[in-house]
Amino acid sequence: MVNFNSIKELIELAKERNTSIGKITMEYEQEHSFDSEEHMLKSMEDNWRVMQESIERGVSNKDKSLSGLTGGDAIKIYAHRDNSYTGKTVMTAAASAVGVSEVNAVMGRIVACPTAGSCGIVPAAIKTAAEKNNNTEEEIVDALFTAAGIGLVIEANASIAGAYGGCQAECGTAAGMAAGAMVQLAGGTPDQVGHAVALAIKNLLGLACDPVAGLVEVPCVKRNGFVAVHSMVAADMALAGVESVIPVDEVIDAMDRIGRSLPRTVKETAEGGLALTKTGKEISKRVFG
Amino acid sequence: MRGVFDIVGPIMIGPSSSHTAGAARLGLMAGKILGEPVAKAEILLHGSFARTYRGHGTDKALIGGLLGFSPEDERIRDALDIAKERGLDYSFAPVDLGDAHPNTAVFILTGINGRKITVGGASVGGGNIEVRNIDSFQIALTGQYPSLIIIHTDKPGVIRDISDVLAKHRVNIAFMRVFRRNRGQQAMMIIETDEELTEDIIQDCRSTGVIENAFAVPAI
Repeated sequence: MVNFNSIKELIELAKERNTSIGKITMEYEQEHSFDSEEHMLKSMEDNWRVMQESIERGVSNKDKSLSGLTGGDAIKIYAHRDNSYTGKTVMTAAASAVGVSEVNAVMGRIVACPTAGSCGIVPAAIKTAAEKNNNTEEEIVDALFTAAGIGLVIEANASIAGAYGGCQAECGTAAGMAAGAMVQLAGGTPDQVGHAVALAIKNLLGLACDPVAGLVEVPCVKRNGFVAVHSMVAADMALAGVESVIPVDEVIDAMDRIGRSLPRTVKETAEGGLALTKTGKEISKRVFG
Repeated sequence: MRGVFDIVGPIMIGPSSSHTAGAARLGLMAGKILGEPVAKAEILLHGSFARTYRGHGTDKALIGGLLGFSPEDERIRDALDIAKERGLDYSFAPVDLGDAHPNTAVFILTGINGRKITVGGASVGGGNIEVRNIDSFQIALTGQYPSLIIIHTDKPGVIRDISDVLAKHRVNIAFMRVFRRNRGQQAMMIIETDEELTEDIIQDCRSTGVIENAFAVPAI
C-alpha cells in the first residue's frame, strides 16, 4: 500500500523504488480508486489533449468574456514574443498561460489544474518544458501525475481553494505543481522536484484573492501568465542546484497558516484589494447593476 | 485525500468550477431526476448564485445541464439559444432561502409528458454538487453513484422487497437512506449503488406492487 502525507514521503518513496514521483502518485491513485492503470493513463492523456487544445485556442483567442473585461491579450503577447526582453520561450509560456485562462473566461473548455482560476499555469509550463526537452507523451503524462501528487499533498496539508487560502492556495499551488513537473521533465531528481516546489510556493506566499466583481478575470487571467514564468524560474533554480533553506513541507505549512490568518476580504469574497478599487467597484456596478 | 483527477481535472467549461461546472451538474441532475425532457423550468437562485449568475454564465450552465449537456460540453455557452430552439420555456428569479448554501438553485420543472417535480441543490465547490430536496423530501444526493429513487408508503416490508430485487440482479448497495413525511404516509427511499441500474431492475421494483413509483438517476 502506497501512502504519503508529505512531499518528503513522496520523494523518499520515489528514491527507494528508483522511480518518479509521478509513478508513486499513480500507484497511490490505483490503490485508492480501484481504477485500472490503462484507464488512468487514458484519463491523463485526455487531460493533456484538452490542455493542448486550450493553449492553441488561447494564443489565437479574440473572443471577449461575458463581462467584456478579458480576452484578446494572449494573442498580443504571442505576437510580441520575438521582440521581447525575456525571450521567445518565456513569452510563449506567458502567452500560453494567459491564453488558457482567457479560454476559461470566454466559457471555453479547459482542465481545472488545480482550479479553473489557475488553469493556465501547469499546461503552459509543461508545454514549454516538453518542447525544450523533446519529451515523449509518456514522460508528459508522468509529469502530470507528479504535478497531481504535489497538489494532493498541498490540498491535504493546506488548501487549493482561494476561498480558504487566498490566491497563494490556487496560483501558488499551481506554481508548485508546474515547477515540480518541469524539473522532472528535464530529468531532475526527486529532491530537486521538492526544492522547485518549495521555491515556487515560497515566493507567492500571502497572495491575495481579490477578483474584481468576483469574476475569474481580473487579475486572474494575466496572473496565470506571470505565475507560469515564475514557476519556470523556480524549476531552473532547482535544476541549477539551488536548494530551498526551508524544507518544502514546512513551506506548505506556512502557506496553510498564512491562509488561515488572511482576512476574509481577500479570500475570493470580492470585498477587498483590487475588487474595492474605484475602478473595480465601477466594473462591478456595470456588470451586476 | 481526494483523487488525482480532482487535482488535475476535471475537464470543464469555464469560468468557475462552482458557478459554472457545478451549476451544469446541478441542472443535469435535476433533469435526470425529472426523467423526461424538460418543457418548462422555473429556476430560483439563492445567495451568490442570485447575485453573480450572469457574470459566471451560471444561467447558461444550469439550462445546459437541463438540456443534458455535461460540464465539459462547449454547447453550454449557447445553451439559452438552444433552449429556445428546443422550446424549453425557462425563467430565473432570485429567492432568499435563509441559511441555505450560498450557491443554491431550486428547479421547478415540468416535463414534456406533464411530469412535475421540484428539485433543490447546491454547488458545494470544485464542481461537486449535492441535491438537497426532491419535492418536499429533504435528502442528500451527490450524483457520484447510480441512484435508485423509490416513492412508496411508509410501512413494513417495502425495503426488504426492494432490496430483494437488487439482490436478484446482483446490484450492491453502497449507501441507502429512507425519508418519510409522517409515520404511515408517503416516503422516499434513495439507494446509491455500485452497479448501473437498468430498466429491467426498475420494472421489477414496480412489479413488487408495494411502491408508488421507481426511477433511476445515473451517476453524473
